[in-house]
Amino acid sequence: MKKNFITVITIISLIFISCSDKNENKIVINFWAMGVEGEYVSRLVPDFEKENPNVKVVVQQIPWTAAHEKLITAFASETLPDAFQLGNTWVPEFNSLSTIQPLDSLVNSSLIINKENYFSGIWDTNVLDTTLYGIPWYVDTRVLFYRTDIIKEAGFTNAPKTWDELYEMSKVIKKLPKYSKTFPFFIPTNEWLPFILFGVQNGADLLKDNSTYGNFSGKKFTDAYLYLMKFYKEGLAPTDLQQVLNLYQAFGEGYFTFYITGPWNVTEMKNRFPKDLQDDWMTAPLPSPDSTYPGKSLAGGASLVLNKFSKNKKVAWKFIEFLSRPDVQLKFYNLVSSLPAVKSVWEDSTFTSNKYMSAFYTQLNNTVPTPKIPEWEQIVSSKIQQYAEQTARGKKEISKALKELDNDVNKILEKRRWMLGKE
Amino acid sequence: MKAKTKFSALLLFLGPSLGVITLFFFIPVVAAFSLSFTDFDIYSLGSWEYLRYVGLKNYSDLINDPLFWTALKNTFYFVLLGGPLSVGVSLGTAMLLNSKYIKWKGLFRLVYFLPVVTTLVAVSIVWRYIYHPRFGLLNYVLSFIGVGPFDWLGDPNLAMPAIILMAVWKNFGYNMIIFIAGLQNIPEELYEAASIEGASGWQKFKSITIPMLAPTTLFISVITMIGYFQLFAEPYIMTQGGPLNSTLSIVYYMYQEGFRWWNIGYSTALAFMLFIIILIGTLIQFKVQKIDE
Repeated sequence: MKKNFITVITIISLIFISCSDKNENKIVINFWAMGVEGEYVSRLVPDFEKENPNVKVVVQQIPWTAAHEKLITAFASETLPDAFQLGNTWVPEFNSLSTIQPLDSLVNSSLIINKENYFSGIWDTNVLDTTLYGIPWYVDTRVLFYRTDIIKEAGFTNAPKTWDELYEMSKVIKKLPKYSKTFPFFIPTNEWLPFILFGVQNGADLLKDNSTYGNFSGKKFTDAYLYLMKFYKEGLAPTDLQQVLNLYQAFGEGYFTFYITGPWNVTEMKNRFPKDLQDDWMTAPLPSPDSTYPGKSLAGGASLVLNKFSKNKKVAWKFIEFLSRPDVQLKFYNLVSSLPAVKSVWEDSTFTSNKYMSAFYTQLNNTVPTPKIPEWEQIVSSKIQQYAEQTARGKKEISKALKELDNDVNKILEKRRWMLGKE
Repeated sequence: MKAKTKFSALLLFLGPSLGVITLFFFIPVVAAFSLSFTDFDIYSLGSWEYLRYVGLKNYSDLINDPLFWTALKNTFYFVLLGGPLSVGVSLGTAMLLNSKYIKWKGLFRLVYFLPVVTTLVAVSIVWRYIYHPRFGLLNYVLSFIGVGPFDWLGDPNLAMPAIILMAVWKNFGYNMIIFIAGLQNIPEELYEAASIEGASGWQKFKSITIPMLAPTTLFISVITMIGYFQLFAEPYIMTQGGPLNSTLSIVYYMYQEGFRWWNIGYSTALAFMLFIIILIGTLIQFKVQKIDE
C-alpha cells in the first residue's frame, strides 16, 4: 500500500516536472477577454507566440454577463491578469481603483500604436484628465437600420436626416393602410441607450457640476425625451415588447421600419432576416436634431488595458501592440465581425465592398463619449431604464419622472461629491 | 482542578470545529454586520480612506427604496404561494407512494427525487426551453386544449408563476422523502382502529395523518420557507429579475447591489433585513403550529 502511494506521488510529480520544464524559460502572460472576442482571440495567439518564441500567452475567456463581477473580484483578490479587455465605459471605474497603467509614454515610443490611426471619439473614451489608460481594440456605435421598401411605399427615397424627418416619415408610414397596425420606429423600452443617445444628440449635458449632479431634468435632455415619448404616445413606437420577440422576424414583417442598433446586427440580419427581403434593408448614419447631418452617436467598444501591478508589462504591452496591428485587426474582424478600431483597416475591400459598412464608418467619425465616471454604468442600467419603461407605458408623468431620476442619480453621486470635496 | 481538565478536554474536542466555524462563519457574519453600517463600495475597495461610517443610513435608504419593496413583494409572493404548494405536492406524492396499492415504489421515489439532485443551472436552462413562447413544450401541450400561446417568462404577470412551477417541481422530491419517513412512523394500528369505528378516508387523514405528521410538517415548512426566501438562481438564470422587475427577489437584488454595482454596505444591510424577515417567519411558524397542537 505504502509503496503504491509513493509510486503515485512520483508519477504525479514527474508529470508536473515535465510540464514545467517546457515553459521554464518562457515568460507567461495572462490575458482576459470577454464573450465571442475572448473565444476567438486565442486563435491569434499562435502568430504572436511564433514571433516571440520566448513568450506564452494564456487566454481566459469570461462571459459578458459575469465580466464586471469577475474583474472586480479579481482586483479584490489581487489576481488580475497582465492585460485585459475592458468595455470602454468601464475604464473610469478601473482607474478609480488605480489598477490600470497610464499608457502615454508607451504610446509615444510605440511604432505601431498612434493616436492618429484611431477614431478620435473612441480614443477619447480612454482618456481621463489628459491621461491615456486604454487602447481601443474594437469599436461599436449605433446607426439607423431601416426598410428601404417601406419608406419607398411611403414616398421617400432617403433615410431621415433630421429628427423632424424621422417623425414625419413615421407618421406617413403609420397612415398607410397596410402599415396602420405597425409601429414605424422601434424604441425598446428596456434599453437605456436610445434615451441617452437622443439626449446627447440634442447637446444635453447629462451630468453637471463636474459630474456630481444629475442634469436629466435640464431643458435639452427633457426636449429629447419628450421627442421620443411622442412616438410612444402617438402609437409610432411599441410599448409592449412582447410583440417583438424575434427582432428579425418583426423587422421582416414590417412591424417596424426604423431601428437604432449596432454592428453585430449586420451579420445577424444576413443570417436571420427573411431571404427574399435581403435587399430591402439598409443602414444609415443617425438623424440629427438640427441640420448638421449626421447626428452624433455614442462611442462604444472595448479597450485593451495593462495591469499596473503586472510583472511582465513590457511583454503584455507587446501583445497589445500585436492586437492593434492592421493585419491582425483585419484577421480578427474576419473571425468575430467586431469592427476594427484602426482606421486604415477600413480601406480593405472587406469593408469597401460591404454596403452596410459605410454608415458605420461615417458614424464612427461622429461619436461622443458618455460621462466618464465609475457610477455611469449603474446610473444608466439601473435608473434610466426604470424610468424610461414607466414613462413609455404612461405610468408616470414625464417632468415628474425626470425630476425623480435626477434625485436618484444625485443619491448615487453623493459619494463622488464627498470624495471631490475631500481632495 | 477537576474543572480544568474538563475544560481542556472540551477544548480538545470542540476546538477544531469551533475554530473552523469562527473563521468561516462568525467572523464573516460580524464583519458583514459592521459593513452594513458603512458605505463600503468600489472607491473603498481602492482605498480605505474612502470608507465612511454612516450609521443606520443604509437601513433607512432601504425602507425608502421602491426596488426593495418590489423585491420583498416578489419574494413573499414566491414564498407564500410556492411554499405551501411545494409542501402540499410533497405530502400528496408521499401519501401516494406510501399507499399499499402502488407498485414500483423505489422507481417512483427515484424519479421524483431526481430533480432535487440535478444541478439547478442545468434544470433552469431546460425549463427555459420548456417555457419558450414559440417552440416550448408547455405551449405545445396547451395548444391541444386550445389555450395560449403564453409568453411565460416575458410577461410580467406570468413570469413569477412560471418560476414557482419550476421551483416546486425541482424541490418537492426532497420533502417527499421526509414525509414518507414520517408516514412510515405512524403506527398501522391507529388506521385499523379508525376503520373499525367506520372512519372515512378523509377523516382518517384529518384526524390521524395530519396530527401524527405535525413534527415532520413543522420541520419541512420551516426548512422550505427558509430555502424559498433565498430565491436566487432561478430568476438569475431564467429572467435576470425581469420583466419589469417582476421576478426580482431579495437575494437577487442583494447580488446586484453587492456584486454588480459593488455597493457592499448597502447589500449587507439588505442581507440582515432578510435575516430578520426569515427569523420572524420562523418564529411565527413555531407559534402557529404549537397552537394547533
